[in-house]
Amino acid sequence: MPPSKFVKDRRIWEHPIITFSRGRKVKFYFEGQEVEAYEGESIAVALYAIGIDVFSWSRKLLRPRGAFCMVGKCSSCFMVVNGIPNRRTCIEPVRDGIKVERQRGLAPIPTEIPKYPEHPEEVIKTDVLVVGGGPAGLLAAITAAEYGLEVLLVNEHFKLGGQLVKQTHKFFGSKELFGGLRGFQIAEVLRNRIRELKNIRVLLQTTAYGIFRDGWVGLVGQDRVYRVKPRAVIVATGACEQYLPFPGNDLPGVMGAGGAQTLMNEYGVRPGDVALVVGSGNVGLIVSYQLLQAGIRVEAVLEIMPYIGGWFVHAAKIRRYGVPILTRHTVKEVWGSDRVEGATIVRVDDKFNPIPGTERDISCDLVLLAVGLAPDTRLFAQAGAIMRWVPELGGLVPLRTPYLETSIPNLYVAGDASGIEEATTAMIEGEIAGLSTALSMGSANSKAEERREYLLKFLWNEYRASPLLARARSGKEKATVSVDEMNILRKKYPPLTSFG
Amino acid sequence: MIMGEVPSYRVTGVVSIDELRKLGLIPPEERLRKGPVSIVECPEMIPCNICVDACPQGAITKDRIIDIPRINWDKCIGCANCVALCPGLAIFVVDLSKEDRAYVTVPYEFLPVPNVGDYVVLLGRNGRRLGKGRVVKIWERNRTWVVTVEVPRDLAMEVRAIWVERGESTQ
Repeated sequence: MPPSKFVKDRRIWEHPIITFSRGRKVKFYFEGQEVEAYEGESIAVALYAIGIDVFSWSRKLLRPRGAFCMVGKCSSCFMVVNGIPNRRTCIEPVRDGIKVERQRGLAPIPTEIPKYPEHPEEVIKTDVLVVGGGPAGLLAAITAAEYGLEVLLVNEHFKLGGQLVKQTHKFFGSKELFGGLRGFQIAEVLRNRIRELKNIRVLLQTTAYGIFRDGWVGLVGQDRVYRVKPRAVIVATGACEQYLPFPGNDLPGVMGAGGAQTLMNEYGVRPGDVALVVGSGNVGLIVSYQLLQAGIRVEAVLEIMPYIGGWFVHAAKIRRYGVPILTRHTVKEVWGSDRVEGATIVRVDDKFNPIPGTERDISCDLVLLAVGLAPDTRLFAQAGAIMRWVPELGGLVPLRTPYLETSIPNLYVAGDASGIEEATTAMIEGEIAGLSTALSMGSANSKAEERREYLLKFLWNEYRASPLLARARSGKEKATVSVDEMNILRKKYPPLTSFG
Repeated sequence: MIMGEVPSYRVTGVVSIDELRKLGLIPPEERLRKGPVSIVECPEMIPCNICVDACPQGAITKDRIIDIPRINWDKCIGCANCVALCPGLAIFVVDLSKEDRAYVTVPYEFLPVPNVGDYVVLLGRNGRRLGKGRVVKIWERNRTWVVTVEVPRDLAMEVRAIWVERGESTQ
């Protein structure tokens, strides 16, 4: 074999928390060159691991684009795979012999006709359709299935667990709420439970692309499409990372904090060598600690507000290892050619305007954006659910009852799609939504009702009662209406479709 | 939030002994001299009660899940179970029972893992290097190492982390 021109190895072989068990070696072609990967890696991860920073070039100006979200929500990893353009390579697994090419500008139309299976379409009738296999979706599916309902669980990624799989820190909470376990360990517990429940059918690499009249949902998988007629739908599609406008923000090496977590914690691939983290909310603080654990230097965490955004204990963890948290600071500019080479940071005044003369250059090859998340609520909007703009929750969210039913009868929301909080509340909401479907279908008993009341009380009166969670709590209040109010709204704005 | 309401540790990421004392999280001097005892540096109302379950003595309590933990210093035996299990890595054990030295127990989640007898870098709450200390005990729970180091007495309330330089460990 000719020597590979891709000589970098960014894989992490030794980690204090995670043991990376890599699958067998897989060989595929990247722009004509044979490259190696490990089974279980996504195409984008495998390429990043051997030093490919540029995933695509922008359509008009042909600017290089690199890894950003790494969870199938953005478009910077679109590549041509086996002749098919616009494949989200961050959520497509590597396979032997596939041909992968990057896109420069608009991709040409595919000329190879893919082989269709014998039955390219399937009609499924089910009790509950759960969209999204993260903490909320998994709890929703498990709960509905435990009450005897037939559940169809669809997940865009080829693995279940959502963002839990890349959380290496131990979760807050109580034992009952999986507190004390590390995120990836919670994912393991939930996946095992899903496997035990024979009335859950799982479709991986499958997208719910639309909700239609008369209670139909369209799904598209790898080799077929599905028309689904569920009696209830729980949408737990999670969230997308927010961007921040500054010159150079599209350079490879400017990444969502979650994108870096996917690389280093899920796949064991170093996202860079020297990092600058923008945002000191819990995500920014936690990712900084995880960077240190992966042996990556963290130059600073920037926070535009005059105080740290996340929990003090998370801040203390990185301060003890000497990472500065610079409040009243933001990133002014990032520079580099095909990869970040450095950033200029600047102090801001009380109105968040940069103070001239306070600029400072920092050498780094990684700039992580941890500046918030936006709920992924496209399905609700498409279905015509009544939406409300709630800044405390990250943007547009569906209006819902306390039982998490939206204005479309039997369409429920749970987790970050209902407004940004965190994984523990996502799991609680997932369980509430699952119980609600069971109760509305009459397959549940008074125990289910009691459990739902207990969870609602715990969520609103205990968990969210912390003054530090007041913002999220007030956001969730704004997005919640009583069942009576919802019925009035439904009369005023009749739902375009319904399940049941 | 108005700045006046924000405690200084939310600006610096470093909590002071005074702030901890005001919250009732620092044991009295005579208890510290008696033997190992937990110092819970958890000043915020986090919805979490893992430490309550972690304590085999029932020394840590919370009325509501969001309350700041309360420690019964007389019940606490300094076993460091809470150090191992606290998800915020916010609990330490301090032992001032010896005349000429002190022992501090900290959580550690990095590589390399030191051995008993190794000298490791001692770090303060702000990351300042405070010299070196000898590891006297180390054990692990779910990938969190619980490391007890010998430190000068005047650093007992300052040392809150260790760092093991590559090649420094005798392993």
